[in-house]
Amino acid sequence: MAKPDETLDAYIEAAARALSLPIEPEWKPAIRANLQATLKHAALVDEFPLPDEVEPAPVFKA
Amino acid sequence: MALDHDWAPAWRIVSAIERGEASALAVVEAALTRIERLNPKVNAFTAVVAERARAKAKAIDARKPGGAAPLAGVPFAVKNLFDVKGLVTVAGSKINRDHVPAAKDSPLIERLEAAGAILVGALNMSEYAYDFTGENIHYGPARNPHDLTRMTGGSSSGSVAAVGGGLVPLSLGSDTNGSIRVPASHCGIFGLKPTYGRLSRARSFPFVTSLDHVGPFARSARDLALAYDAMQGRDPEDPVCADRDAEPVTPLVERGADGLRIAIAGGYFQKGAFPEAKEALARVAAALAAKREVEIPESGRARSAAYVITASEGAALHLERLRRRARDFDPAVRDRLIAGAMVPASLVVKAQKFRRWYRAEVLKLFDGVDAILAPASPCTAPKIGQQTFVIDGVEMPLRPNLGLYTQPISFIGLPVAVAPVPLAPLPIGVQIIAAPWREDVALRIAHTLEEMGVASAPRPVL
Repeated sequence: MAKPDETLDAYIEAAARALSLPIEPEWKPAIRANLQATLKHAALVDEFPLPDEVEPAPVFKA
Repeated sequence: MALDHDWAPAWRIVSAIERGEASALAVVEAALTRIERLNPKVNAFTAVVAERARAKAKAIDARKPGGAAPLAGVPFAVKNLFDVKGLVTVAGSKINRDHVPAAKDSPLIERLEAAGAILVGALNMSEYAYDFTGENIHYGPARNPHDLTRMTGGSSSGSVAAVGGGLVPLSLGSDTNGSIRVPASHCGIFGLKPTYGRLSRARSFPFVTSLDHVGPFARSARDLALAYDAMQGRDPEDPVCADRDAEPVTPLVERGADGLRIAIAGGYFQKGAFPEAKEALARVAAALAAKREVEIPESGRARSAAYVITASEGAALHLERLRRRARDFDPAVRDRLIAGAMVPASLVVKAQKFRRWYRAEVLKLFDGVDAILAPASPCTAPKIGQQTFVIDGVEMPLRPNLGLYTQPISFIGLPVAVAPVPLAPLPIGVQIIAAPWREDVALRIAHTLEEMGVASAPRPVL
């Protein structure tokens, strides 16, 4: 099984390709560290139970 | 009393001009001289519009006496993400230097100038506003006027160096997660982050549309009120700008804080603060006899949600530049933005759903209180170049974490005035947080603290 770091590296590679983002090898450690930090924050939000009916904050008016 | 050109607040300049004690041209010339002398030290300005300023000053002096405009003759400068006619809006970047010069001023500049203020230049900032330190690899760091080896805080770095250093009495900045409040705290000046949607963001370079605010800095709360009143009002050019009449606060700021129910933010906002942040908060709370503590629910999670939305929306804004000009970004900004582009959309939508829930919960608190006090920054200004600090025993990177106490508040657009507490050797600010559209409450409290001598912008020796 891949280690978490390797999994994230593979995700970064794939996402960069999908988004057509050129990434130099020497940028990868900082990108990984930033993505890890952001995903950690996102997990705190993700685990918070919210009713299905809650609207996202921005409201579009036609 | 003769006008102290080097340190007079805006309201004092207005009254001196109204009484004929000074001319607008003399005020502007004095500001231009200070900029020439002090800017090499603090690195606040990236452009000075001297001829434009002189022409405007002469026009003000040529008017008939009486009925002076509310900001007549007040020099001001703007973070270089605001459009200034004839200048390129660089937003702290190298990449935007290739843009064409702005065809028009931003509406906030137009409104301040309609009130008699005089634009003198554009100010340094963190690249694309994604930073709390105020460092910038393209233009150099703005320097803290109270200690030139220290950070101003960011991203409105030049805006606070210019006002805190006495170069101008008034400036404009922007605040997505704390970029008005953190640097105001570090440089010991007053700052106002109004309610989300209150001031037009048209013709300013964006960052995170869900969270971007703009607002003024000054050395007195009354000056913030004057500037804020001059800038309020609808603007169809900014779809986020509120469809709401202006609600002038200047007539209200001197009402004092009596009768206002003021509480201290507990829990999250008391964890990790350095002793100086606690001391400043304690002084302000004691002066206001604020004893009650309120818990702003899920503040840590709110900060996390703001972090996620910022990463994602910031990345979306810059995606094409990241593809074509990645090497022209500050690497620290670039690597954060690239990571932000990779955050799954489902998590960003959840953060926006959480934002609505959190807003409803926090607004309930304002049934029982009128204002909430919290630190504006965890510590006083760190040294330029410092990369990390220790919060609650954990070493953390500075750049994203100086906004620990500001992010959960701007996340739902609450208005905040920062009151500077002149501790030695370095000042530090306190956030006065009010309910949406109650800038009057935050500014009344800031003004009261100023009158009591608890809050003030300390004058640096430069």
